[in-house]
Amino acid sequence: MLESVLVANRGEIARRVIATARRLGVRSVAVYSEADSGLPYVADANAAVLIGPAQPAASYLNGPAVLAAAQQTGARAIHPGYGFLAENAEFAASVVAAGLTWVGPAPDSIARMGDKINARNLMEQAGVPVSAGTREPVADLEAALAAADQIGYPVMIKASAGGGGIGMSAAADQAQLTAGFETARSRAERFFGSPAILLERFVPRARHVEVQILGLTGGRVLALGERDCSVQRRHQKVAEETPSPGVSPALRTRMLAAAVTAGEAVGYRGAGTVEFLVDVEAGDFVFLEMNTRLQVEHPVTELVTGIDLVEQQFLIAAGEDISFAADGVTPAGHAIELRIYAEDSKRFLPSPGTIMTWTEPTGPGVRVDAGYQAGNTVTPFYDPLLAKLCVHGADRAQALARARSAVEAFEITGLKTNLEFHADLLASDEFSSGDYDTSVVGRLRP
Amino acid sequence: MSEVRAEMVANVWKVVAAEGDAVADGDTLVILESMKMEIPVLAEDSGTLSTLAVAEGDVVQEGDLIAVID
Repeated sequence: MLESVLVANRGEIARRVIATARRLGVRSVAVYSEADSGLPYVADANAAVLIGPAQPAASYLNGPAVLAAAQQTGARAIHPGYGFLAENAEFAASVVAAGLTWVGPAPDSIARMGDKINARNLMEQAGVPVSAGTREPVADLEAALAAADQIGYPVMIKASAGGGGIGMSAAADQAQLTAGFETARSRAERFFGSPAILLERFVPRARHVEVQILGLTGGRVLALGERDCSVQRRHQKVAEETPSPGVSPALRTRMLAAAVTAGEAVGYRGAGTVEFLVDVEAGDFVFLEMNTRLQVEHPVTELVTGIDLVEQQFLIAAGEDISFAADGVTPAGHAIELRIYAEDSKRFLPSPGTIMTWTEPTGPGVRVDAGYQAGNTVTPFYDPLLAKLCVHGADRAQALARARSAVEAFEITGLKTNLEFHADLLASDEFSSGDYDTSVVGRLRP
Repeated sequence: MSEVRAEMVANVWKVVAAEGDAVADGDTLVILESMKMEIPVLAEDSGTLSTLAVAEGDVVQEGDLIAVID
């Protein structure tokens, strides 16, 4: 097992990783910006280092400052969480070059999957189903219009280096593509440092379903079930569940096998996620992208499998065996995660502010991964995730019932949250029935 | 005269309009950024942009003046 780990992240995920480190007797080091000194994760760690001002570029994205913090505290490994430096192959390589253990896949795996066009071409070669789309970045509007004619409308415009739904939009015709193309390019440049754009066939009724994989020390790749992430606003996930109510046993078998193939194609080590788009009408799926890190919504997989995914990440990073029998995983029951954001429940506009009171729900099957507590200030510098409310039940009906009670019991005052939206989602016929798709939020908030 | 104020704490990402511009109801004046989201600030009236109180890179608090349209 690792001796020590520095968590190069903030908020709920830093706290989550530190909790497993503490349970396993691994010394933990937190890093924080000037805006985050009062957050719970800073106090939870065995040591904490201030790495810079609030702006992410000067702190959590500042690789040299993170490495200096590791040196200063003698941390022997770095866990990147998600976002920030997690999928930065150059940073991962610099961690390895500094003689430290990188808790994640090889820098080369990150680089090969980080570019969406490259990843899709690689997956196609490996025999994983991919959508119709461009095989190289579209240079300009003229090329985009020509490519769209070949693919057929509607098309999805995406940043090749992108993530988090930023810079993505659908275009139903030439006029919409013309309008959306430049916007997508400027956002891609600004958020991801590359204006490369790709086009893909847009699936009107789709579910977003991903598979958790784990690449073991010996080279074997396991698939630990799927997560349905179709509840999205602005192409960003708001709620997730496992198993997916929209995936049949036969489809599940094929998707899990495709995810294993995807992982094997890049020699994947550690925890990763293969994202697929499920065409509801056709009952089929295509590869979307691979996330080479721990996923925000990993707790639902943990709840139904009983596996601590962060512990497995630590073990694999240390070159050791996983803590469970690779062939003995049988998911049990149903789990739902609700992302509690600092945003209003109607228009989903950001709502920074100071948390006056914070009362978490408790009870059977309830797990709360929180990044904040009463008295903390939520600043505009980072994403709006306050906490992940997760519930586990024997079946979907019980999980839904527990989720409804937990949302009602969760009390946060001082700023606006989307708790009311979650109450509406859980009360809706569409979500309750399980027969929903990626447009469900738009129908609840027209 | 109509005053345009910030709805929330945010960073000023882009200033689209300039003082002296003729603006119409619904025109984008500046684009704020908060929690990784872009929030366009729109003119709520037609007229002349007599005051533009923010510059790119500024941090605005909820209720801060962004612009005045005469």
